[in-house]
Amino acid sequence: MSAITPSPLQKLRSATGARRIFIHTVLIGVAIVMLYPLMWMLSSSLKPDTEIFTHPGLIPNKLNPENYSKGWDGSGNSFSLYITNSLIVTIGAVIGNIISCSLAAYAFARFEFRWKKLWFGLMLGTLMLPTQAVLIPQYTIFYNLTWINTYLPLIVPKFLAVDAFFIFLMVQFIRSIPRELDQAAMMDGANPWQIYWKIILPLMKPALVTTTIFTFIWTYDDFLHQLVYLQQNDKFTVPLGLTLFMDQTSGSSYGAMFAMSTIALAPTLICFLIFQKRLVEGMATSGMKG
Amino acid sequence: MTTAKTDEVVKESPAATPSDQRERDRQRRRLARKRGGGWWPYLFLAPWFVGLFGLTIYPMLDSLYLSFTDFDLLTPEKWVGTANYERMFTDDPVFWDSVHATLLYVVVSVPLKLGLALAVAMLLNRDIKGIGLYRAAFYLPSLLGGAVAIAIVWRQVFGGDGLFNDFLSWFGIKGQDWISSPDTALYTLILLAVWQFGTPMVIFLAGLKQLPKDVYEAAEIDGASPVTRFFKITLPLLTPIVFFNVVLQIIDAFKTFTPAFVISNGSGGPLNSTMLYSLYLYKKGFTDLQMGYASALAWVLFLVIAGFTAVNFIASRYWVHYDD
Repeated sequence: MSAITPSPLQKLRSATGARRIFIHTVLIGVAIVMLYPLMWMLSSSLKPDTEIFTHPGLIPNKLNPENYSKGWDGSGNSFSLYITNSLIVTIGAVIGNIISCSLAAYAFARFEFRWKKLWFGLMLGTLMLPTQAVLIPQYTIFYNLTWINTYLPLIVPKFLAVDAFFIFLMVQFIRSIPRELDQAAMMDGANPWQIYWKIILPLMKPALVTTTIFTFIWTYDDFLHQLVYLQQNDKFTVPLGLTLFMDQTSGSSYGAMFAMSTIALAPTLICFLIFQKRLVEGMATSGMKG
Repeated sequence: MTTAKTDEVVKESPAATPSDQRERDRQRRRLARKRGGGWWPYLFLAPWFVGLFGLTIYPMLDSLYLSFTDFDLLTPEKWVGTANYERMFTDDPVFWDSVHATLLYVVVSVPLKLGLALAVAMLLNRDIKGIGLYRAAFYLPSLLGGAVAIAIVWRQVFGGDGLFNDFLSWFGIKGQDWISSPDTALYTLILLAVWQFGTPMVIFLAGLKQLPKDVYEAAEIDGASPVTRFFKITLPLLTPIVFFNVVLQIIDAFKTFTPAFVISNGSGGPLNSTMLYSLYLYKKGFTDLQMGYASALAWVLFLVIAGFTAVNFIASRYWVHYDD
């Protein structure tokens, strides 16, 4: 009987053409709204200042690439300095997170030790702790270490596994690696360090890549800590360089400001285009098993 | 220190056949592995321990102490008892402005964002062409999150001659400068938060994909309408994920800093309407160098977020369904 009349679910699956068109129309509409501000930024970055607000369409009447050269050296220091500084901070943070979080995750995933539940709970607790709650005392610590206006307050904490999100992500990942592999290695006389280094770390590459990309993007965009710790212009990173710009351009060169905003977003956008799938899946799976 | 759990103790069997022997060896090895950690786990956890105590627990306690002092970073702190807290609650109208702005921001932006995230996830949860592209387009703004560049763009979009007013003019509506009006400035921030609905959407979508198909089939055979199916099946089964998103988004909303800073040029204006709590804390601590007062603000924030999270967890017993 069910071979002749399609089941309700089959009917649902083969939604009517009208319904399909309706769904796509809604989705395309939402997508345009989502992406329009970004496209507007891009197009404004190429318009002459006079055209940005008088001519709001996406296609510029006249291309004005000078905005980019003007913005590049127009905000106190050359923008290449800010980009270099941001690279120092982000690369330091990525290396720190990869090392320290994977070490901690390995311990949590593979060992029994005293008060493990308590430590693990504390680790999850720090996930929910707002950074603002510890910002002032951390600042005084780094102030006493005379680390203000250096990159150390932005990098060193990452070597101390303060980003519990990534520990949690890696714990979940290591748990999916069969323990038999560790045991076989242990039978062959490997010690835990060798197991971590030769077996776990190579096998958890996907988790390490996710950590790398998210640490890169989040550190690169992290405005609050850079604002607090970096004080001199020549130490500024991209977000700080942008705010300088913002103050200067209260009247004039909007085009240059949009050009530099575009440049500032470029690394994230490029990351997104390359790793789009991994970023989306990483976000979807990371919290699910908690 | 290394006590074996009772359930891990090897069971002695009277007849030791070869396979029993192997099994016993295996269990013994497992036991050895669990016990044999010795100082290894502590070695692996050493950086994390330093971070936990040095950058979280000690700072939290230090901050609690500082909150009872007058401290400007440059001269030694002076004990003032509960004066900071009293000032906050009785003698600081800006504090109340920031509480008002922050609560409004959280209460309006979180439900809108999650509602939109769920609605779009429902639309995407079917076999449609180009689902990957849609997912990517919707997730991108979330990924850009707190970038200064995004906040700068937002400020221009909602400025007096910005894109948004241009859009309104198509419908013959005369806009205003949304950023410089105290009645609307906060709503531009809320709109920015809602625009970034991608992260919870992706998490909802992953949850929807795991719902059991046969339940829907059965419901449909029973003639349940799509609306009934949503409220009687989808939503109850999805509650653990709704809960996860609610907790995460509330904490996130309380922490919002960058867009408020950029849109108001660091002032929290107009008329403190965009003075989100994090921004106020930053200004007190790092602009006015009132580190003791800012520490008190930080502790209040911490307690409020902990309170919200605790209430969420307690309330979750009544509406979150776990099948295991």
